[in-house]
Amino acid sequence: MAAILLVEDDPLVRRGLHLALSRHGHDVRTADTGEAGMAAFAAAVPDLVVLDLMLPGLDGLEVCRRIRAAGEVPVIVLTARSDDFDVVEGLAAGADDYVVKPARPTVLDARIRAVLRRSTGVADGVREHGDLRIDTAAPAVSLRGAPVALTPTELRLLLTLSRAPGRVLSRQQLLEEVWQHDYLGDSRLVDNCVQRLRAKVEADPAAPRYVQTVRGFGYRFGPV
Amino acid sequence: MRRWWPGGLRARLLVAFVLVTVLGAAAAAWSSAGSAGRALVAAAERGVAEAVTGRIGAVAAELTHPPDQDALDRLRAAVGPGALATYGDLRSAAGTGTDLVTDALRSAVRTGDRLVTQRVAARDGVWLLVGTPIAVTAPDGARTPSGIEVYVARDLADVERQVDGLTAGAAGTAALALPPAVLLALAAARGVLRPVRELRDTARRLAAGDLGARTPPRGADELTELTATVNEMAGSLQASMAALQRMRADARRFAADVSHELRTPLSTLTAVVEVLAAATADVADADARESAQLAIAETQRLVELVEDLMEVSRLDAGTASLHLEDVDAAAAVRDCLRARGWLDRVELLAPDGVGLRVDRRRLDVVVANLVGNALQHGGPPVRVLVGALDDRVRIEVVDGGPGVPQHVRAHVFDRFAKGDPARTRTPGSGLGLAIARENARLHGGDIAVADPTAAGGEGARFVLLLPREQEDR
Repeated sequence: MAAILLVEDDPLVRRGLHLALSRHGHDVRTADTGEAGMAAFAAAVPDLVVLDLMLPGLDGLEVCRRIRAAGEVPVIVLTARSDDFDVVEGLAAGADDYVVKPARPTVLDARIRAVLRRSTGVADGVREHGDLRIDTAAPAVSLRGAPVALTPTELRLLLTLSRAPGRVLSRQQLLEEVWQHDYLGDSRLVDNCVQRLRAKVEADPAAPRYVQTVRGFGYRFGPV
Repeated sequence: MRRWWPGGLRARLLVAFVLVTVLGAAAAAWSSAGSAGRALVAAAERGVAEAVTGRIGAVAAELTHPPDQDALDRLRAAVGPGALATYGDLRSAAGTGTDLVTDALRSAVRTGDRLVTQRVAARDGVWLLVGTPIAVTAPDGARTPSGIEVYVARDLADVERQVDGLTAGAAGTAALALPPAVLLALAAARGVLRPVRELRDTARRLAAGDLGARTPPRGADELTELTATVNEMAGSLQASMAALQRMRADARRFAADVSHELRTPLSTLTAVVEVLAAATADVADADARESAQLAIAETQRLVELVEDLMEVSRLDAGTASLHLEDVDAAAAVRDCLRARGWLDRVELLAPDGVGLRVDRRRLDVVVANLVGNALQHGGPPVRVLVGALDDRVRIEVVDGGPGVPQHVRAHVFDRFAKGDPARTRTPGSGLGLAIARENARLHGGDIAVADPTAAGGEGARFVLLLPREQEDR
């Protein structure tokens, strides 16, 4: 059960998703515009935001950016399938995942649970990698003693990669492990999340020390 | 029909122009040279006749009558070289040419009682013969023929040479007209042919699809009219094409708009049918449970149809994009089959290590469609064969069913073409193969349905060919 804020302008779709997500055990609040969504977000911070990108007034992308700026609450955007512009922009705005409309509630629920999943299996205590300290039990991350605020997805990506420093993980492997997508997952999810993670933990995101790109294969952590 | 006339317009114009010029010049030269030649000959004749008459007049008074041989010799000598004087059987001749005097000339001189000239061709030249009788004037003034005849032969070679010179000069003049005639003909041909060539180029560009091609009309001749007509034709063609394209674009936009509009109510339906199904799952009423299941299934089908329509719209509009990744062909096909639970119904014959660069999702769509069709419309065994060619990968889907009938084969990739008219209510949007082929073509590949008899087997055989390398787009 999670506290979910659903921002969707069409009243019937909003009501339908409200019914279905409630049925899956979530505590759903709804908003019909971007402005109303931001107000509801400020009034009570939810566990996760499900956001339609096509909104009148303040559009979904801007709402996504503001939520990302305000904290680490995960965002799942609703987008038209292969509407590439929407997908790319949504991921760039900081969305953790996207679901294609018309969204089947079971699929949406599975994505919500995947994004909110906090730990990645075994919590093996505290790991130190250079200036980076990862407490897998909390879980929490700090850089030179200062805590780093990561979204659940970013945290899970870092935990997954750092579990075996030096081992290369393909985008598909990461999609399955971190996002729990099937084999056709969108590798741009990984690339966008890596960029955000680097912005938070790397001294120079252009020359990453912790999350390194292995061209043609995927990503690896360190070795530091 | 034999072509005796040169093929090109330029060659024809050139030949006609040169022919007319040369014929005209030759005719003019020939006629002027002819009349000049005639005048020369006449003048020469007159000169000879006058000279002969004068000389005879000078010696006639001293002639005794009847003359003896001596008198004839004197007369002949007075007339000059190449002369012959006769009186009855007496004759006195000297110089060349006197033997050319014919009996016909003699009788003409004898009976005509006057000076007679004749030209004869002999000894590689033309000779002028002048014959005259000498009359005796009685004291009373009456003239009677004396019976003495004088003949003179003159070689006209000099005159002939002059005439030849004139003719040669005329021919030379005519020949001089030839180069300007050729130049003029070329210039005229250029003048005529340039607009023709421009029109030809314009027509070619029009044929190649450049409907904006025009020839600027110049001047006010027939070719200008033709140019204007061609321009008009191109204009109306362009307008029709533009209207056609607008209509097509409208139709596509309509399809896209309709699909888009359908998506919102479908979103609601998709959200609530699951609630409905869950709510009716433990209801005793079997009809209610089945109704809910039908609602879910049909909603899902509508969603797929709308997605397919939107995909077609994107492919039509050229906005479909490729996310290229390096994949292993065998692994990609296996993943596709595994995700749909088909691994135990499909035999996969695929060597590992056949790599290619594709959009994974689109490859999945294509393979899923072909295999899905084989499972649904074909019959077991369904086999997928992956093979590597030089620069392409070949993925073949073969089944053991009845195959694709000959009359259907040509339309199998058409939109909303269904294999069997009696089976129109089979699942699927009817866009599957059309989308599969468009996806293959988006990669620079293609799908073909093979002739089963040519392949030596039965059942349907679809062959997907994809290039291994792709330019990043």
